[in-house]
Amino acid sequence: MTLTNYLVLSGILFSIGAATVLLRRNAIIVFMGVELMLNATNLALVTFSRLHGDLTGQVMAFFVMVVAAAEVVVGLAIIVSIFRTRKSASVDDINLLKS
Amino acid sequence: MSFTVPDIAWAQLAPVLIVLGAAVVGVLVEALVPRRVRRVVQLTLTLVALAAAVVAVAALWNGVADTGGTEVLGGSLLVDGPTLVLWAITAVLALLAVLVIADRTATGEDAFAPQGAAVPGSGYEEAARAAGLEQTEVYPLVLFATGGMLIFPATGDLLTLFVALEVLSLPLYLLTGLSRRRRLLSQEASMKYFLLGSFASALLLFGIALLYGFSGSLRYAEIAEAVRTVTGMDGLLLAGSLLVLAGLLFKVGAVPFHSWTPDVYQGAPTPITGFMAACTKVAAFGALVRVFYTVVPDLRWDLEPVMWTVAIATMAVGTVVALVQTDVKRVLAYSSIAHAGFVLTGVVALVQSGITAVLFYLLAYGAATVGAFGIVSLVRERGAVRSGAAGAVGAAGAAGAAGARVPALAAAGSSARAGASAGSTADVVGTGAGAGAGAGDGVDRPAVAGADGEEPPVEAEGPILGEATHLSQWAGLGRTNPVLATTFALFLLSFAGIPLTAGFTGKFAVFSAAVEGGAWPLAVVGVLASAAAAFFYVRIIVLMFFTSPHGGPRDDADDEARPGAVVVASQGFAVVAIGACAVLTVLLGVLPGPVLDAVAGVAQLLP
Repeated sequence: MTLTNYLVLSGILFSIGAATVLLRRNAIIVFMGVELMLNATNLALVTFSRLHGDLTGQVMAFFVMVVAAAEVVVGLAIIVSIFRTRKSASVDDINLLKS
Repeated sequence: MSFTVPDIAWAQLAPVLIVLGAAVVGVLVEALVPRRVRRVVQLTLTLVALAAAVVAVAALWNGVADTGGTEVLGGSLLVDGPTLVLWAITAVLALLAVLVIADRTATGEDAFAPQGAAVPGSGYEEAARAAGLEQTEVYPLVLFATGGMLIFPATGDLLTLFVALEVLSLPLYLLTGLSRRRRLLSQEASMKYFLLGSFASALLLFGIALLYGFSGSLRYAEIAEAVRTVTGMDGLLLAGSLLVLAGLLFKVGAVPFHSWTPDVYQGAPTPITGFMAACTKVAAFGALVRVFYTVVPDLRWDLEPVMWTVAIATMAVGTVVALVQTDVKRVLAYSSIAHAGFVLTGVVALVQSGITAVLFYLLAYGAATVGAFGIVSLVRERGAVRSGAAGAVGAAGAAGAAGARVPALAAAGSSARAGASAGSTADVVGTGAGAGAGAGDGVDRPAVAGADGEEPPVEAEGPILGEATHLSQWAGLGRTNPVLATTFALFLLSFAGIPLTAGFTGKFAVFSAAVEGGAWPLAVVGVLASAAAAFFYVRIIVLMFFTSPHGGPRDDADDEARPGAVVVASQGFAVVAIGACAVLTVLLGVLPGPVLDAVAGVAQLLP
């Protein structure tokens, strides 16, 4: 099994994540799509790191994990505060601002 | 594999360390200092830290002007001329923005929710408001965001770029959702900003991974080297650089990625809007310039069509859509999109003078933006102009969405302290309900929100509600508040690029850089867009000075039920900030020479 397969997998996961963000209507699910994109990127980083025989990519992956955790904290706080106000986490219900 | 201890140049890092250090101390202050004095301590700490950052930048100036800059932290941070200029601009604008944020005005209430976690319209929120609670966490959050903005344009590798992007974004997502008035709009803006922002940073991150795969390094210099030498992996390189540029263009607010801008600018607390409109744009353009000029200049034949399209579309969409807006904050938001397009013409020029032009433009735009939003935060509506007709601000549905309990609560509160409390509770969802329910000042009157019955007598002194952002409410402001309206007109003229204001010099600089770089079609589009944009800026000026109050443009959907605008007295902070912005705007327009020369003298990016 070559390392390229991991890159293909990473690309597929990233695409699934992006499609989730663009197509799903529930804020939590959308947010999960973003997380999937970040983790797909981690896979790509680690694979490239192995390909190049260079540790930078793995270090980057650690930073991405930390940032993703921080993002979860902020994101869930925002989504929960909206949910408590409206009893809904649907992106479609949130349309007071005309766009 | 051995680990080499990085050599840390503390002096060069001082501005960043001061700001981030003060932010950390601010978190401790929040935990340890008693509530009574917390606001004073936080405010002092924030202002001192930002002023110290400006001083630290000034202290570094001569050294950098002589040596051309140094790599700090093993090349992760590049402290060169453009970095210093951007640091100075960011710190000064953040200082002015914090002054606007700190102003509680004559109403004694700042722009932020008493408790961000309280459900809008709930009894808990009302209790928190009555107890006079304040969300002083705002100041450390602003400092963290500023710290990220300082790091963002100075980064020398993609890892630091990504971390800085998140450090500047996460506090802004939170700050956006903390508005005291119209909290549903604010929370909605916060969520939109968060979801789109994290999507964009995921795109940027995947681009970083691809560039790493292409070059085997995250350093800008080594990637640029690989762009010149490595062949056969063009797909990785192109996809990677496009994704990274997309992430940066999102932060800038350029057109395919602009859809968050108007909503977020409208929903966020106005002082925060000013802060983020000015400072985020400065930081993001700084990073964009560095990436475009030092990492991928050899891709210019591939990237140029993309960037040209983006720049033209940004100018066109920003200008055209701004023409039909009826809300001051949305007008300014679309104008900020158009300005992003103007700056982009200087960026894609890819000539040395382009850097100077972009830096100067950012200063000019930032000064006018902080000042303009500062003024918007002072123009408020007065409730109880007429009761009954709930002429809602497009947020009529909001009352419904929030459930009937908001009007119900307002009605319940209309007994003793009806005036202030009912007004502000109902104002959670929009001004219409506030006008209906916040009826009396101490008078016991049944709140008749939504009922179209007979009109109660007009109150002379209703409670001061949220900002009067509808353009029709700004009619006649020049007659009632000539100084304020004149200052606002000055900022608008600077946005429009009228000579003798900073905006003109900035526009002239970016367009001549574009011509010099062979991008003259962009300059032509830019001039045409500026001419069209002048129309809606002048329209607001005409509205303020030559229209009688309540004589402004109306939509059929929301009839004449809007309360009129009053200008609340500032505590002094905002006046200082607005005055400084006005002085800066005029000075940079009348005497741009010294600043342009100083910037041009150091505008050399480290490779």
